[in-house]
Amino acid sequence: MATIEVSGKTYETDEEGYLVNLGEWDMDVANYIATTESISMTEQHWEVINFLREYFEEYQIAPAVRVLTKAIGKKLGAEKGTSEYLYALYPYGPGKQACKIAGLPKPTGCV
Amino acid sequence: MLHIVNKSPLENSSLESCLMVAGSGDVLLIEDAVYAATTGNIFEPKLRAALGKVKVYVLQPDLDARGMGDRLVAGVTSVDYSGFVDLTTTNNTCQSWL
Amino acid sequence: MSDIKKFMFVNRKAPYGTIYALESLEVVLITAAFDQDVSLAFLDDGVFQLKKGQQTKGIEIKNFSPTYRALEGYDVEKLYVMKESMDARGLTEDDLLVPVTVLSSTEMGALMDEQDVVLSF
Repeated sequence: MATIEVSGKTYETDEEGYLVNLGEWDMDVANYIATTESISMTEQHWEVINFLREYFEEYQIAPAVRVLTKAIGKKLGAEKGTSEYLYALYPYGPGKQACKIAGLPKPTGCV
Repeated sequence: MLHIVNKSPLENSSLESCLMVAGSGDVLLIEDAVYAATTGNIFEPKLRAALGKVKVYVLQPDLDARGMGDRLVAGVTSVDYSGFVDLTTTNNTCQSWL
Repeated sequence: MSDIKKFMFVNRKAPYGTIYALESLEVVLITAAFDQDVSLAFLDDGVFQLKKGQQTKGIEIKNFSPTYRALEGYDVEKLYVMKESMDARGLTEDDLLVPVTVLSSTEMGALMDEQDVVLSF
Protein backbone atom coordinates (compact mmCIF):
# COMPACT_ATOMS: atom_id res chain seq x y z
CA MET A 1 0.00 0.00 0.00
CA ALA A 2 1.36 3.41 -0.95
CA THR A 3 1.34 6.36 1.40
CA ILE A 4 1.86 10.09 1.16
CA GLU A 5 3.21 12.30 3.88
CA VAL A 6 2.19 15.90 4.43
CA SER A 7 3.44 17.95 7.38
CA GLY A 8 4.23 14.90 9.45
CA LYS A 9 0.91 13.15 8.81
CA THR A 10 0.72 9.91 6.82
CA TYR A 11 -2.14 9.14 4.42
CA GLU A 12 -2.76 5.74 2.85
CA THR A 13 -3.40 5.77 -0.91
CA ASP A 14 -4.03 3.21 -3.64
CA GLU A 15 -1.53 2.66 -6.45
CA GLU A 16 -3.03 5.57 -8.42
CA GLY A 17 -2.80 8.02 -5.55
CA TYR A 18 -6.43 8.07 -4.42
CA LEU A 19 -6.91 8.22 -0.64
CA VAL A 20 -7.97 4.91 0.85
CA ASN A 21 -9.75 6.37 3.89
CA LEU A 22 -12.12 9.21 3.13
CA GLY A 23 -12.14 10.17 6.77
CA GLU A 24 -8.43 11.05 6.69
CA TRP A 25 -8.96 13.82 4.13
CA ASP A 26 -8.07 17.39 5.08
CA MET A 27 -7.09 20.63 3.28
CA ASP A 28 -3.38 19.84 3.68
CA VAL A 29 -3.55 16.59 1.80
CA ALA A 30 -5.91 18.14 -0.77
CA ASN A 31 -3.40 20.89 -1.48
CA TYR A 32 -0.61 18.34 -1.68
CA ILE A 33 -2.46 16.11 -4.16
CA ALA A 34 -3.31 19.24 -6.20
CA THR A 35 0.41 20.04 -6.44
CA THR A 36 1.17 16.56 -7.75
CA GLU A 37 -1.52 17.16 -10.40
CA SER A 38 0.03 20.57 -11.25
CA ILE A 39 -3.04 22.44 -10.10
CA SER A 40 -2.91 25.51 -7.92
CA MET A 41 -6.10 25.68 -5.96
CA THR A 42 -8.33 28.75 -6.27
CA GLU A 43 -11.75 29.52 -4.81
CA GLN A 44 -13.33 28.07 -7.97
CA HIS A 45 -11.36 24.85 -7.56
CA TRP A 46 -12.48 24.50 -3.93
CA GLU A 47 -16.09 25.08 -4.93
CA VAL A 48 -15.97 21.92 -7.06
CA ILE A 49 -14.12 19.96 -4.35
CA ASN A 50 -16.67 20.92 -1.72
CA PHE A 51 -19.50 20.06 -4.07
CA LEU A 52 -18.02 16.62 -4.73
CA ARG A 53 -17.60 15.91 -1.03
CA GLU A 54 -21.22 16.88 -0.35
CA TYR A 55 -22.40 14.74 -3.24
CA PHE A 56 -20.48 11.76 -1.92
CA GLU A 57 -21.79 12.30 1.59
CA GLU A 58 -25.34 12.19 0.27
CA TYR A 59 -25.15 9.41 -2.34
CA GLN A 60 -22.05 7.38 -1.41
CA ILE A 61 -20.61 7.53 -4.93
CA ALA A 62 -18.43 9.88 -6.94
CA PRO A 63 -20.61 11.20 -9.77
CA ALA A 64 -19.87 10.56 -13.45
CA VAL A 65 -18.58 13.71 -15.20
CA ARG A 66 -21.85 14.19 -17.08
CA VAL A 67 -23.81 14.00 -13.84
CA LEU A 68 -21.35 16.27 -12.05
CA THR A 69 -21.56 18.89 -14.80
CA LYS A 70 -25.34 18.96 -14.70
CA ALA A 71 -25.48 19.04 -10.89
CA ILE A 72 -22.89 21.83 -10.66
CA GLY A 73 -24.94 23.89 -13.10
CA LYS A 74 -27.98 23.45 -10.92
CA LYS A 75 -26.18 24.27 -7.67
CA LEU A 76 -23.57 26.89 -8.63
CA GLY A 77 -25.10 28.50 -11.71
CA ALA A 78 -25.51 27.54 -15.36
CA GLU A 79 -22.23 29.23 -16.42
CA LYS A 80 -20.33 26.75 -14.23
CA GLY A 81 -22.27 23.72 -15.35
CA THR A 82 -20.30 23.22 -18.56
CA SER A 83 -17.45 20.87 -19.45
CA GLU A 84 -15.43 23.88 -20.67
CA TYR A 85 -15.56 25.45 -17.21
CA LEU A 86 -14.74 22.23 -15.36
CA TYR A 87 -11.97 21.16 -17.74
CA ALA A 88 -10.42 24.64 -17.49
CA LEU A 89 -10.11 24.04 -13.74
CA TYR A 90 -9.13 20.36 -14.00
CA PRO A 91 -7.53 19.82 -17.44
CA TYR A 92 -7.05 16.06 -17.05
CA GLY A 93 -10.69 15.50 -16.21
CA PRO A 94 -12.82 16.83 -13.37
CA GLY A 95 -13.80 13.27 -12.48
CA LYS A 96 -10.29 11.99 -12.20
CA GLN A 97 -8.43 15.00 -10.79
CA ALA A 98 -11.07 16.67 -8.66
CA CYS A 99 -12.18 13.37 -7.09
CA LYS A 100 -8.59 12.60 -6.22
CA ILE A 101 -8.09 15.99 -4.58
CA ALA A 102 -11.45 15.66 -2.80
CA GLY A 103 -10.33 12.36 -1.31
CA LEU A 104 -13.04 10.37 -3.10
CA PRO A 105 -12.69 7.11 -4.98
CA LYS A 106 -12.46 7.22 -8.76
CA PRO A 107 -15.94 7.67 -10.28
CA THR A 108 -17.65 4.40 -11.18
CA GLY A 109 -17.16 3.72 -14.87
CA CYS A 110 -14.24 6.11 -15.17
CA VAL A 111 -11.19 4.40 -16.76
CA MET B 1 -27.82 -28.05 19.48
CA LEU B 2 -27.51 -24.85 17.46
CA HIS B 3 -28.92 -24.42 13.96
CA ILE B 4 -27.66 -21.50 11.88
CA VAL B 5 -29.54 -20.27 8.80
CA ASN B 6 -28.34 -17.50 6.48
CA LYS B 7 -30.76 -17.58 3.53
CA SER B 8 -34.01 -15.68 3.01
CA PRO B 9 -36.98 -18.04 3.57
CA LEU B 10 -38.68 -16.67 0.45
CA GLU B 11 -35.98 -17.66 -1.99
CA ASN B 12 -34.51 -20.81 -0.47
CA SER B 13 -35.90 -23.72 1.53
CA SER B 14 -33.07 -23.89 4.09
CA LEU B 15 -35.04 -22.37 6.96
CA GLU B 16 -38.10 -24.46 6.18
CA SER B 17 -35.99 -27.65 6.25
CA CYS B 18 -34.24 -26.52 9.40
CA LEU B 19 -37.50 -25.89 11.26
CA MET B 20 -38.90 -29.22 10.10
CA VAL B 21 -35.86 -31.09 11.39
CA ALA B 22 -35.07 -29.16 14.57
CA GLY B 23 -37.21 -30.54 17.37
CA SER B 24 -35.63 -28.49 20.11
CA GLY B 25 -32.59 -26.31 20.79
CA ASP B 26 -31.55 -22.99 19.33
CA VAL B 27 -32.04 -21.54 15.85
CA LEU B 28 -29.95 -18.50 14.91
CA LEU B 29 -30.94 -16.39 11.91
CA ILE B 30 -28.14 -14.39 10.28
CA GLU B 31 -27.59 -12.48 7.00
CA ASP B 32 -30.62 -12.76 4.67
CA ALA B 33 -32.37 -15.20 7.03
CA VAL B 34 -33.17 -12.30 9.39
CA TYR B 35 -36.07 -11.33 7.09
CA ALA B 36 -37.85 -14.46 8.37
CA ALA B 37 -38.14 -12.86 11.80
CA THR B 38 -39.79 -9.64 10.60
CA THR B 39 -43.47 -8.86 10.91
CA GLY B 40 -45.58 -8.87 7.73
CA ASN B 41 -43.33 -11.35 5.94
CA ILE B 42 -45.43 -14.30 4.70
CA PHE B 43 -43.08 -16.66 6.52
CA GLU B 44 -44.14 -15.14 9.86
CA PRO B 45 -46.80 -17.79 10.73
CA LYS B 46 -44.31 -20.61 10.15
CA LEU B 47 -41.75 -18.88 12.33
CA ARG B 48 -44.31 -18.28 15.07
CA ALA B 49 -45.26 -21.95 14.98
CA ALA B 50 -41.60 -22.91 15.43
CA LEU B 51 -41.27 -20.68 18.50
CA GLY B 52 -43.17 -23.36 20.43
CA LYS B 53 -40.41 -25.95 20.07
CA VAL B 54 -37.15 -24.08 19.43
CA LYS B 55 -35.68 -20.85 20.74
CA VAL B 56 -35.11 -18.42 17.86
CA TYR B 57 -32.32 -15.82 17.83
CA VAL B 58 -31.57 -13.14 15.26
CA LEU B 59 -28.31 -11.29 14.67
CA GLN B 60 -29.17 -7.64 15.31
CA PRO B 61 -26.42 -6.06 13.11
CA ASP B 62 -27.83 -7.98 10.11
CA LEU B 63 -31.33 -6.79 10.94
CA ASP B 64 -30.16 -3.17 11.21
CA ALA B 65 -28.18 -3.36 7.96
CA ARG B 66 -31.39 -4.27 6.15
CA GLY B 67 -33.44 -1.49 7.72
CA MET B 68 -35.60 -4.03 9.57
CA GLY B 69 -34.53 -3.34 13.16
CA ASP B 70 -37.95 -1.99 14.11
CA ARG B 71 -40.08 -4.94 13.00
CA LEU B 72 -38.78 -7.98 14.87
CA VAL B 73 -41.40 -10.67 15.57
CA ALA B 74 -42.18 -10.85 19.31
CA GLY B 75 -40.65 -13.89 21.00
CA VAL B 76 -37.48 -13.79 18.92
CA THR B 77 -34.33 -12.88 20.84
CA SER B 78 -31.85 -10.45 19.30
CA VAL B 79 -28.12 -11.06 19.81
CA ASP B 80 -24.93 -9.21 18.86
CA TYR B 81 -21.70 -10.85 17.66
CA SER B 82 -20.61 -11.86 21.16
CA GLY B 83 -24.06 -13.38 21.71
CA PHE B 84 -23.47 -15.35 18.49
CA VAL B 85 -20.19 -16.66 19.92
CA ASP B 86 -21.92 -17.55 23.21
CA LEU B 87 -24.49 -19.64 21.31
CA THR B 88 -21.75 -21.60 19.58
CA THR B 89 -20.06 -22.35 22.91
CA THR B 90 -23.14 -23.19 25.00
CA ASN B 91 -24.27 -25.72 22.37
CA ASN B 92 -22.29 -28.92 21.85
CA THR B 93 -22.98 -29.17 18.15
CA CYS B 94 -23.89 -26.82 15.36
CA GLN B 95 -25.53 -27.33 11.97
CA SER B 96 -25.22 -24.59 9.34
CA TRP B 97 -28.08 -24.81 6.84
CA LEU B 98 -26.13 -23.38 3.89
CA MET C 1 -32.90 7.59 -32.68
CA SER C 2 -33.24 3.98 -33.70
CA ASP C 3 -30.12 2.82 -31.87
CA ILE C 4 -31.69 3.43 -28.47
CA LYS C 5 -32.52 0.10 -26.92
CA LYS C 6 -34.74 -0.78 -24.02
CA PHE C 7 -32.63 -2.20 -21.19
CA MET C 8 -34.15 -3.78 -18.12
CA PHE C 9 -32.21 -4.73 -14.99
CA VAL C 10 -34.09 -7.39 -13.05
CA ASN C 11 -33.20 -7.34 -9.36
CA ARG C 12 -34.32 -10.35 -7.32
CA LYS C 13 -31.85 -10.55 -4.41
CA ALA C 14 -31.77 -8.93 -1.01
CA PRO C 15 -28.84 -6.57 -0.35
CA TYR C 16 -25.66 -7.60 1.57
CA GLY C 17 -26.33 -11.37 1.78
CA THR C 18 -25.00 -11.71 -1.76
CA ILE C 19 -23.15 -9.31 -4.07
CA TYR C 20 -25.89 -9.23 -6.76
CA ALA C 21 -27.63 -6.03 -5.61
CA LEU C 22 -24.44 -3.97 -5.52
CA GLU C 23 -23.16 -5.41 -8.81
CA SER C 24 -26.44 -4.56 -10.51
CA LEU C 25 -26.35 -0.99 -9.21
CA GLU C 26 -22.79 -0.50 -10.46
CA VAL C 27 -23.64 -1.80 -13.93
CA VAL C 28 -26.69 0.50 -14.01
CA LEU C 29 -24.50 3.52 -13.22
CA ILE C 30 -22.05 2.59 -15.97
CA THR C 31 -24.80 1.86 -18.51
CA ALA C 32 -26.36 5.25 -17.76
CA ALA C 33 -23.49 6.84 -19.71
CA PHE C 34 -24.73 5.29 -22.96
CA ASP C 35 -28.07 7.12 -23.23
CA GLN C 36 -30.24 4.04 -23.45
CA ASP C 37 -33.80 3.53 -22.24
CA VAL C 38 -33.09 1.96 -18.84
CA SER C 39 -35.66 0.38 -16.51
CA LEU C 40 -35.01 -1.19 -13.12
CA ALA C 41 -37.34 -3.93 -11.93
CA PHE C 42 -37.44 -5.05 -8.31
CA LEU C 43 -39.17 -8.31 -7.53
CA ASP C 44 -39.00 -11.13 -4.99
CA ASP C 45 -36.34 -10.35 -2.34
CA GLY C 46 -35.02 -7.60 -4.63
CA VAL C 47 -37.63 -5.23 -3.17
CA PHE C 48 -35.61 -5.28 0.07
CA GLN C 49 -32.86 -3.32 -1.73
CA LEU C 50 -35.04 -0.21 -1.58
CA LYS C 51 -36.00 -0.49 2.11
CA LYS C 52 -35.56 2.76 4.04
CA GLY C 53 -33.39 2.96 7.14
CA GLN C 54 -30.51 0.60 6.28
CA GLN C 55 -27.72 0.91 8.87
CA THR C 56 -24.71 -1.22 7.96
CA LYS C 57 -22.17 -0.06 10.52
CA GLY C 58 -22.62 -3.25 12.55
CA ILE C 59 -21.78 -5.58 9.66
CA GLU C 60 -18.96 -3.40 8.32
CA ILE C 61 -20.26 -3.42 4.76
CA LYS C 62 -20.76 -0.22 2.77
CA ASN C 63 -24.37 0.99 2.88
CA PHE C 64 -25.09 1.52 -0.83
CA SER C 65 -28.79 2.26 -0.39
CA PRO C 66 -28.31 6.09 -0.64
CA THR C 67 -26.99 5.54 -4.18
CA TYR C 68 -30.48 4.57 -5.42
CA ARG C 69 -31.41 8.20 -4.75
CA ALA C 70 -28.64 9.33 -7.12
CA LEU C 71 -30.17 7.45 -10.06
CA GLU C 72 -32.44 10.35 -10.95
CA GLY C 73 -29.35 12.51 -11.59
CA TYR C 74 -28.16 9.79 -13.97
CA ASP C 75 -31.51 10.04 -15.83
CA VAL C 76 -32.49 6.59 -14.62
CA GLU C 77 -36.04 7.30 -13.58
CA LYS C 78 -37.97 4.14 -14.40
CA LEU C 79 -38.08 2.08 -11.23
CA TYR C 80 -40.70 -0.67 -11.06
CA VAL C 81 -41.58 -2.70 -7.99
CA MET C 82 -43.80 -5.77 -8.04
CA LYS C 83 -46.80 -5.50 -5.77
CA GLU C 84 -47.02 -9.21 -4.89
CA SER C 85 -43.38 -9.14 -3.73
CA MET C 86 -43.95 -6.15 -1.46
CA ASP C 87 -47.11 -7.68 0.00
CA ALA C 88 -45.38 -10.97 0.77
CA ARG C 89 -42.70 -9.08 2.70
CA GLY C 90 -44.91 -6.70 4.63
CA LEU C 91 -43.64 -3.67 2.70
CA THR C 92 -45.55 -0.72 1.29
CA GLU C 93 -44.44 2.16 -0.94
CA ASP C 94 -43.89 4.24 2.21
CA ASP C 95 -41.13 1.82 3.26
CA LEU C 96 -39.10 2.56 0.11
CA LEU C 97 -36.38 5.20 -0.18
CA VAL C 98 -37.13 6.31 -3.75
CA PRO C 99 -40.30 6.99 -5.75
CA VAL C 100 -41.30 3.89 -7.72
CA THR C 101 -44.08 2.62 -9.95
CA VAL C 102 -45.87 -0.38 -8.45
CA LEU C 103 -46.83 -3.08 -10.95
CA SER C 104 -48.77 -6.33 -10.69
CA SER C 105 -46.95 -9.49 -11.75
CA THR C 106 -48.94 -9.48 -15.01
CA GLU C 107 -47.88 -5.91 -15.77
CA MET C 108 -44.28 -6.74 -14.83
CA GLY C 109 -44.32 -9.66 -17.24
CA ALA C 110 -45.65 -7.49 -20.05
CA LEU C 111 -42.99 -4.86 -19.41
CA MET C 112 -40.28 -7.52 -19.43
CA ASP C 113 -41.56 -8.75 -22.81
CA GLU C 114 -41.13 -5.27 -24.33
CA GLN C 115 -37.41 -5.09 -23.62
CA ASP C 116 -34.58 -5.39 -26.13
CA VAL C 117 -32.07 -6.41 -23.47
CA VAL C 118 -32.72 -7.98 -20.06
CA LEU C 119 -29.94 -8.19 -17.47
CA SER C 120 -30.59 -10.57 -14.58
CA PHE C 121 -29.32 -10.10 -11.05
